[in-house]
Amino acid sequence: MTVEEKQLTSTRRPEPDTGPAVIASGQTFAQVTEQISSTPLLRRRIPGLWFISFALGLIFTFVLLYSATYLLFRGVGILGIEIPVAWAYFITDFVWWIGIGHAGTLISAFLLLLNQSWRSSINRFAEAMTIFAVMCAGMFPLLHLGRPWLFYWILPYPNTMTIQPQFRSPLVWDVFAVSTYFTVSLVFWYLGMIPDLATLRDQAKNKFVAKIYGILAWGWRGASRHWRLHETASLLLAGLATPLVLSVHTVVSFDFTIAIVPGWHSTIFPPYFVAGAIYSGFAMVLVLALPIRHVFHLENLLTERHINNCAKLMLATGLILAYTYAIEPFTAWYSGNEYEMYMVHNRAFGPYAWAFWGVILCNVVVPQLLWFHRFRVRTKPLFAISMVVLYGMWLERYMIIVGSLHRDYLPSAWTNFIHTVWDNAVTFGSIGLFITLFALFVRFLPMISMYEVRELLPFSRPGGGSEK
Amino acid sequence: MTTSRLYGIIAEFDDPTPLVDAARVMHDRGYRRMEAYSPYPIHQLDEYIEPGPKLPPLVLAGGLLGTATAWAMQFYIAVIDYPTNIGGRPLNSWPSFIVIMFELTILFAALTTFFGVLVLCGFPRPHHPVFEAPRFRDATNNRFFLCVEAEDPQFDREAVADLFSELEPLEVTELAAE
Repeated sequence: MTVEEKQLTSTRRPEPDTGPAVIASGQTFAQVTEQISSTPLLRRRIPGLWFISFALGLIFTFVLLYSATYLLFRGVGILGIEIPVAWAYFITDFVWWIGIGHAGTLISAFLLLLNQSWRSSINRFAEAMTIFAVMCAGMFPLLHLGRPWLFYWILPYPNTMTIQPQFRSPLVWDVFAVSTYFTVSLVFWYLGMIPDLATLRDQAKNKFVAKIYGILAWGWRGASRHWRLHETASLLLAGLATPLVLSVHTVVSFDFTIAIVPGWHSTIFPPYFVAGAIYSGFAMVLVLALPIRHVFHLENLLTERHINNCAKLMLATGLILAYTYAIEPFTAWYSGNEYEMYMVHNRAFGPYAWAFWGVILCNVVVPQLLWFHRFRVRTKPLFAISMVVLYGMWLERYMIIVGSLHRDYLPSAWTNFIHTVWDNAVTFGSIGLFITLFALFVRFLPMISMYEVRELLPFSRPGGGSEK
Repeated sequence: MTTSRLYGIIAEFDDPTPLVDAARVMHDRGYRRMEAYSPYPIHQLDEYIEPGPKLPPLVLAGGLLGTATAWAMQFYIAVIDYPTNIGGRPLNSWPSFIVIMFELTILFAALTTFFGVLVLCGFPRPHHPVFEAPRFRDATNNRFFLCVEAEDPQFDREAVADLFSELEPLEVTELAAE
């Protein structure tokens, strides 16, 4: 056995040769570096669509600022919430945004543990999506507090009031779960980006730009001992983030299941919420990836295989969700509980029947198109299906929250929820904030992991052939 | 080249294969204080370049500290500092403490991982002798470097340079110590 053969067999990550290539062939290290670093370093024109999205995002961010300021000034009375529907748009938005974040962690952590090399070109921006989605999500419970400026009362700290949080409440668990999720996602994302920030530092012609990226890169020099630590750390963080992501939406679902409201008090909620979260997250990944791929000409790195795999995962999680939709009425019927049975009937035929049938249409019926290959790989239909799923998932949370609360145990308390312009303003404003943050990310940071793409090149392994 | 104190001798390659070959040759000759620089992790180098300190035990300790902190905090607050009767449940209703114990385990472990990497890598380190090597900027792009450090007990300037020149590097440079 020659040295080369021995080295080939000791390669840790064998490339399973199935389906279309992960990335297009015939690329060199320098080309990968140039292609990905040219946008943050302004070596090529920023596409017009970027400016349009950034401007739109900024306009809606100002809508958010304006409405949030007005909300702080006037109080939550400007929203449509009323007893018994004390939770409505804001909690829907919170659950929706948190859920969207989950696919990012799933792609970066879960697929890393499973050695899925195709994740390499999409993990960076999927993680960015997670962070921005969690930022949008975290805003809502705070704004929903009667006095948001006292939000820190929910944290355990020694205080002159000598009061403390109540740890048997899922709302306190939520604070810990969401803040942990944000911190861990941020750390995972940033640690993964350090080698690429060092590339930007070394590629930058402008001294000032080089200095900024240099500070962010901590002095990374690609030493093999550092790489080993970096890889160990990535695996450890992936191993930590995978159970974390499942726990976060489980805890979010506890906000509902621990209460005894019919339609909420159900043991199926944790897996139901996690599946829905990943489902909407993959829809958001596609909504972001499809235009970026087209506008920034990344077809060689974000290949048909990525798009196809994301669409398949979306279909799979969508089917899990469809199953839970089917199980819910069964559980209600089997329990023999009249409140539960009324809830199921009221959900499908009551005042919010439109939401229920909308959910079925958007989350169950339309995504069945993904069984067909052409809907999974063609940009426009897939983008449209993903948008439908995103809307459907928002509607699902609305159906669960408002649809359960508006018919309380006491018929004398029954009311319907009527949203106000401020509910919508903050909701659309949060989408604006998300778009703005994402546009800034695409402009200033390497949106595809350069070092992981280099590892996918055929000559990246010693003995694997030469670049020339 | 220079008469000042040496940090080491660095060779530049344009492909991972000669880099790993060079690391093997140097390792076979008994050199241990050396380091390779590459634009992505190369696992074959692990055989020849001794590993640095280990991260996982630190992370385990961090995680366990998180679990303990979360339990201690909740027990102290719920039982000693601010006992509240919630539906007649015991004050130390530990099953409902599990969620935060889990979350803080993950949080502490993840933060230990992150700061552990930075500390064990010796970061921040904005200046390092290897940055002075010509074209070292491309170590984060498409070039591969191997540096034999002067601190190696059997380091000899001529011997190392001769060995390197047999391995067909693009360039061999002597690096001044900081």
